[in-house]
Amino acid sequence: MKLNLKIWRQKDNESKGNFEKYLIDDITPEMSFLEMLDILNEKLINENIDPISFDHDCREGICGSCSLFINGRAHGPDKGITTCQLHMRKFKDGDSIIIEPFRAKSFPIIKDLVVDRSAFDRIQHTGGYISINTSGNTQDANTIPIRKEDADNAFDAATCIGCGACVATCKNASAMLYVSAKVSQFSYLPQGKVEAKERVLNMVKQMDEEGFGNCTNTGACEVECPKGISIKNIARMNREFYKAKI
Amino acid sequence: MALYLTEKHIKYKNGKDDCVSPFFIYQNNNKRTKVFCSLKISNKNWCFDKKRVKSSDKESGLKNKKIKLVKLQIESIIDSYKLKNEPLTPETLKAEFEITKILDSDIKNIKTRSLLNSKIPIGPLANKWKSHKGNINLVSPSNKRNIDIIVVGTGLAGASASATLAELGYNVKAFCFQDSPRRAHSIAAQGGINASKNYQGDGDSDYRLFYDTIKGGDYRSREANVYRLAEVSGNIIDQCVAQGVPFARDYGGLLDNRSFGGVQVSRTFYAKGQTGQQLLLGAYSAMNRQIARGKIEMFSRHEMMDVVKIDGKARGIIARNHVSGKLERFSAHAVVIASGGYGNIFYLSTNAMGSNVTASWKIHRKGAYFANPCFTQIHPTCIPVSGDYQSKLTLMSESLRNDGRIWVPKDKTDAKLVREGKLSPLDIKEEDRDYYLERRYPAFGNLVPRDIASRAAKERCDNGYGVNKTGEAVYLDFSHSIYRYGKEKALLNGQDENDNNIVNMLGKKVIKQKYGNLFQMYEKIVDEDPYVMPMKIYPAVHYTMGGVWVDYNLMTTIPGCFAIGEANFSDHGSNRLGASALMQGLADGYFVLPYTIGDYLSDDISTGKIKTDSKEFDESEKSVQELLDKLISNQGKHSVDYYHKKLGKIMWNKCGMSRNQNDLVDAINEIKKLRKDFYKNVNVTGKIEEYNEQLAKAVRVADFLELGELFAKDALERNESCGGHFREEYQTKDGEAIRDDKNYKFVSAWEYVGEPSQAKLHKEDLKYEEIEVKTRSYK
Repeated sequence: MKLNLKIWRQKDNESKGNFEKYLIDDITPEMSFLEMLDILNEKLINENIDPISFDHDCREGICGSCSLFINGRAHGPDKGITTCQLHMRKFKDGDSIIIEPFRAKSFPIIKDLVVDRSAFDRIQHTGGYISINTSGNTQDANTIPIRKEDADNAFDAATCIGCGACVATCKNASAMLYVSAKVSQFSYLPQGKVEAKERVLNMVKQMDEEGFGNCTNTGACEVECPKGISIKNIARMNREFYKAKI
Repeated sequence: MALYLTEKHIKYKNGKDDCVSPFFIYQNNNKRTKVFCSLKISNKNWCFDKKRVKSSDKESGLKNKKIKLVKLQIESIIDSYKLKNEPLTPETLKAEFEITKILDSDIKNIKTRSLLNSKIPIGPLANKWKSHKGNINLVSPSNKRNIDIIVVGTGLAGASASATLAELGYNVKAFCFQDSPRRAHSIAAQGGINASKNYQGDGDSDYRLFYDTIKGGDYRSREANVYRLAEVSGNIIDQCVAQGVPFARDYGGLLDNRSFGGVQVSRTFYAKGQTGQQLLLGAYSAMNRQIARGKIEMFSRHEMMDVVKIDGKARGIIARNHVSGKLERFSAHAVVIASGGYGNIFYLSTNAMGSNVTASWKIHRKGAYFANPCFTQIHPTCIPVSGDYQSKLTLMSESLRNDGRIWVPKDKTDAKLVREGKLSPLDIKEEDRDYYLERRYPAFGNLVPRDIASRAAKERCDNGYGVNKTGEAVYLDFSHSIYRYGKEKALLNGQDENDNNIVNMLGKKVIKQKYGNLFQMYEKIVDEDPYVMPMKIYPAVHYTMGGVWVDYNLMTTIPGCFAIGEANFSDHGSNRLGASALMQGLADGYFVLPYTIGDYLSDDISTGKIKTDSKEFDESEKSVQELLDKLISNQGKHSVDYYHKKLGKIMWNKCGMSRNQNDLVDAINEIKKLRKDFYKNVNVTGKIEEYNEQLAKAVRVADFLELGELFAKDALERNESCGGHFREEYQTKDGEAIRDDKNYKFVSAWEYVGEPSQAKLHKEDLKYEEIEVKTRSYK
């Protein structure tokens, strides 16, 4: 199929960006979206034009590197997947596709479609862990039984890949879904209870300092999350937060 | 100080006694002298005759001290052999001691056979690690604060090592080329992690895990390292649970297990199909805690370009900042390489796009030996290639073979009709299906090790039984398990177990619970519902058992340079068992390296900060700069990917699942040619000092183009079939591998001398004390 692409180009963080148009031909439905971009880049290189930069690594939807905003949606038109799992069968011959980076004040653009998501890491530094040393003589793993339901809930929250789709989608560029996923994971587990109070307070504080917006319960984050992280986690984090404040 | 025993000095008669004269080389102010000692042997009784250095010798005091040291070492060996009641021959004594390469020409006349010293502690296998830990040199907490360690890579091995080293008090500088340490490719590991906890009470033990791993590796791994791995495996699970890793649990709240290939117990801990993700996020969280404390300095989007050696020791790295494109210098007292494997040499693999060999290759070029490069794992269950545009392959976890059955049509005409789309697999009757793994290997069935399952799939497809358009796919079918689970559930729920709809629905639910994300992944890529249609799968490159050679302390042949995780070679022999990569990465990072590194660093407590303005750093940076300049100013006609794809084709066709002499010789020549062409005709767009993915890729491909040649050379020299290395010349009539223990029971460690195929071979003989070396059989 033939496609009209409109892609955001920006030389570096200081430069002003703009959309560039590209025409691409001979795309087959079995190709992945990023493979389509690979083909475009190969073409650009052969014409000695700077290829389009975009973040990607595992290409199987788990590392969280890829981050495109495609036709106004984080990770494109399909549900429950990342951009690297999007396939061209979701598009038709002659379609126009607009490709932008994830946009948020806290995600400065590095180049073209590559953004800096280190704010996410910095939030984790303030409490996204259980303070336990590697001693080799922690108690046996089966000493504390954990209800299957709690373990499953903790797991579901822990599957967040930190891609930032929630922030890019949210009209307030809020990182509540991302932060709540970690807070929730530990709140379901007995090991996480010890530091629950400090964790939620510190992580929320850092989230605010990084310039992420507030949650207004729109729910767009949950819809666009490639891993289906539930908005219930936000409610859970709010509860943890109030509990810690009292 | 190394001890040498030469052929000439091995044995001579002195009166009635048999005598041996080992010697060591003493070096001062570039002058070397040989100092001889003598040993007397009569049958089993050895005694050391300490020869004093003449007092007229200026350095008699120091030399005598050395002799005393040698005496102590030899006596401890004598003692241990006495304890074991084993005869100590000059040859075994020789093997116990390091016999290192002699560099200077002034002692050329001494002919030594190069043998690598793996520094395996003496004593019974089960006590080695314990006693080694007890005897190792330590660095006190206050001194650790003055020592810097660089860790390259933040996957399971790198992240866990960084976190633990920082906890212990060292100052860690961690590097990853991705935008966050959490993105390392360990995150994509699906199935699980092994540990000999024996929670299922099915007779598991450290020994059994050790035995399965050695056998699975086709007797090409180092016994002592594997035993240690099995020994610490239980600790890993404890540690991860304490960190908040949400492993799967049963309804009683205890940890659940499943089974993996090549074993007959259930010892695999898992978190659905995202075990790697959960373990990596655990290690990442431990890192975050240390980053917050200022004990880890994290450098994301930084790629190591070279290691800096000062006085022969690894003392720092040159890294390129991917955002600014600038080269930066970092110093440390030790450098740890945890940069993973080199499967991307095949272009198409299940590795992430950025996975590369550069860090390992750079240290190889500076003196670290590269071991068994041809030992590559081709994973049997991956989504087949669909076209030339394809950028990577996707794995379907081995855990699926717990519940999926692999088959092809019995009849070639059926297979042909399926390929042409004229017959659906659902219409092929049970009796017309060939469950070839169950047929060939009844004892292990669908759960044979990966190398065997892969070759069996290739054999069927090569003979015309393949089931997709290209004829390179077999079925992985869940219908039986759906039916079985559905019946069980219906009974439990009190529903009608004879109603196929109910059974089907309930069965699918169970399968979804277990493998939901894998089925979704499959459906998105292939556009077919695997709950209804059997999956189509084919082998793909997945893991590399080969890697940088390390001793028992995980140190490479460069003093102060360590390699952990997939980057090293030691634990998996010529074939890795499923769910063992996560185990090894975390064992090395959490429980082994943080202790063994102290043995080396104890000499560095008063070294002080290493400066980065030395001539060694200048030279290293200059060489990197020159390479980058060359690549960027080349203005050739082909993209980097063009070369990477070409290399991948050569590797897959000639060094892939089966290999032969002619192909390997061709491969070496073709890769040489391709490398020449690369430097002449590659086109790297953009500039050096900017975000430039093409340039980063070009550097990685340049290194793959060298490794490829060594890879083929290694495969060519290993005239046997073992594990993932299958030489067509060495197979039985029914296509099973023929291993040659007499001539090839060793590790090939290659020393870089310039042209990769001219690399110098060093052998580490593999000794099995606790295990009987047998022909591997899963029948």
